[in-house]
Amino acid sequence: MEQEQTRETKDKNNPPAGLLEDLQEWWNDHFDRPFSEVASALPTQLNEFGYDPFGFQPQVVKYALYVTSWLYKYYFRVELQGAANIPEGRAMLISNHSGQIPIDGVMIATGILLEGNPPRAVRSMVERWAQVLPFINVFFNRVGQILGTPENARALLEMDEALLVFPEGTRGINKLWWDRYKLQDFGLGFMRLALETRSPIVPIAVVGAEEQIPTFYNLKKIAGLLKMPALPVTPFHPWLPGVGMMPLPTKYRIWIGQPMEFDGDPEDEDSVIQVKVNAVKQQIQEMLTYGVKTRKSVFF
Amino acid sequence: MAEKQSRTSGGKTTKSRKNAKPSVLITGISGRFGRLLARRLHRNNRVSGVDMRTYAGFPKDVVVHNLDLRKKRCDDLFRTEHFDAVYHMGIIHDPRINPQEHRDFNINGTLRILNSCRKYGVKKLVVLSTAAVYGPNPNNPVFLSEDAPLMAGLKYPLIRDLIELDMTVQSFFWKNRQMDTVLLRPVSVVGPDLNNTPSRYLRMKRAPTVMGFDPMVQIIHQDDMLTAMELALKPGISGIFNIAGPSAAPLSVLIREAGGTTIPIPNPLSKIVLKKAHQWGFSDFPAPELDYSRFICTVDDRRAREVLGFTPQYSVKQTLRDLNRSLL
Repeated sequence: MEQEQTRETKDKNNPPAGLLEDLQEWWNDHFDRPFSEVASALPTQLNEFGYDPFGFQPQVVKYALYVTSWLYKYYFRVELQGAANIPEGRAMLISNHSGQIPIDGVMIATGILLEGNPPRAVRSMVERWAQVLPFINVFFNRVGQILGTPENARALLEMDEALLVFPEGTRGINKLWWDRYKLQDFGLGFMRLALETRSPIVPIAVVGAEEQIPTFYNLKKIAGLLKMPALPVTPFHPWLPGVGMMPLPTKYRIWIGQPMEFDGDPEDEDSVIQVKVNAVKQQIQEMLTYGVKTRKSVFF
Repeated sequence: MAEKQSRTSGGKTTKSRKNAKPSVLITGISGRFGRLLARRLHRNNRVSGVDMRTYAGFPKDVVVHNLDLRKKRCDDLFRTEHFDAVYHMGIIHDPRINPQEHRDFNINGTLRILNSCRKYGVKKLVVLSTAAVYGPNPNNPVFLSEDAPLMAGLKYPLIRDLIELDMTVQSFFWKNRQMDTVLLRPVSVVGPDLNNTPSRYLRMKRAPTVMGFDPMVQIIHQDDMLTAMELALKPGISGIFNIAGPSAAPLSVLIREAGGTTIPIPNPLSKIVLKKAHQWGFSDFPAPELDYSRFICTVDDRRAREVLGFTPQYSVKQTLRDLNRSLL
């Protein structure tokens, strides 16, 4: 009887079987890697209900994956190089950040699930304000996002997970058209954390995201009044309400570099840490420059 | 002076210190958790208790004194009985009681107990605080350590007492290093014999939740908590310990697993409804504390596992199944 009960509760969480079968079929027609293999990319610590301590539920990621992998293959037509460079165990993925809305992070995570060997669940950190938005906070937690605090990042790395960090932060994502592919200042926190947890750093360059929403001005003061993180002015936004922030179908090229290992005292002077951060920044900048130079066009 | 009669059933009040069993005092012994603790400890310890409430079902060798912690008589008890260890659980957290009495009982009661412990050389003091003192906050890290600030008092007036109490015991711990003071901060303790807010909430057939929020919540089985309290008695153990069950799970999963259904209510509405229900006496749940079902307040129990040697025995599923058994 108890078993019946648990089955009932489980059914409530799942969409109807017909839809699921259709999705499976669609997947098999369009992707080489079997869905079950992708879905097996579980984090190391799941409790008896299938959640990790952060509220990540791989079950939910599966459904999100149908959407993101369509975007990955047919909208942004992502080309991913160097998937084999993702190490096993704990790792910090450091990438450039751009494009007004963080699709670059979604594409990196989808790419590593689709092409990584073995596929891995990439975790990243969300802003504090996301935690108070109804529904959104639950969704973010279920797909493996964590609140961006140093304690959370440390705990996640100690659980041997792969953590995606954008050291440029909002400076990067809100950058303007003429600053594209120029890396903004990197924070130092990620390096101290990598040294403390002895995590290898994997540099990643995303080419293509920087043109998806060309921005000419950021109305910071109005954004501040509206308590929004930014208010970009683009050829379409805010003139076309609703669709103005639709990203253009630029072609994404993601380059994953060799893991970099650093040694040293995490409590060192800023200047010492800065040298190490600059090494990572330079590596990403080189990959970016190479990626931009070798591509045929922004859209193809 | 006509004093209330101490109920001494069974053994005589002990003068002979040669007796091998250590002598333990439990304040707030007539509460549901106090009774369980007395039952757990009485085989290996001589258990005495202090409580204003009366309860008749104790084992024969448990001695209960019906008196107020704040009265001199309680101090006298320490002088005559020479307790080896004291469990301080005589702490009220009940929104129905007038706040002044609430505060007076909690703070003054605790101060008296601390004073008596110091004066009569009690070797071990175990105080039951709660992990709720950290407070629910959207910015909380997932693993709150024992050093995390106690922020619950900002918004939740009733918990302010508990925080002050927690702080008082902390400073007592630092000033009196000659004795072992243990401060336990458990997550929501639930069980078939308990009637506290989390147990009642999880027993509900239809449990209201805040729409669009589903925080990770930790619970611990009453028996596991008793084990943790027993472990705290070990000589040499002192300091603050977060106590948690095996793992955290979303609130909605806990409710469903306990056999109930969630009724999501939009946040502004639920606040108003709860406030009115509280005013009119339908609910004893204070509205500001609704945040505990919106934001996380999950703790890191690594220290308890490593130093105290505590491992929870009940899985979350077993805990919830046990909780429901009491209904039958």
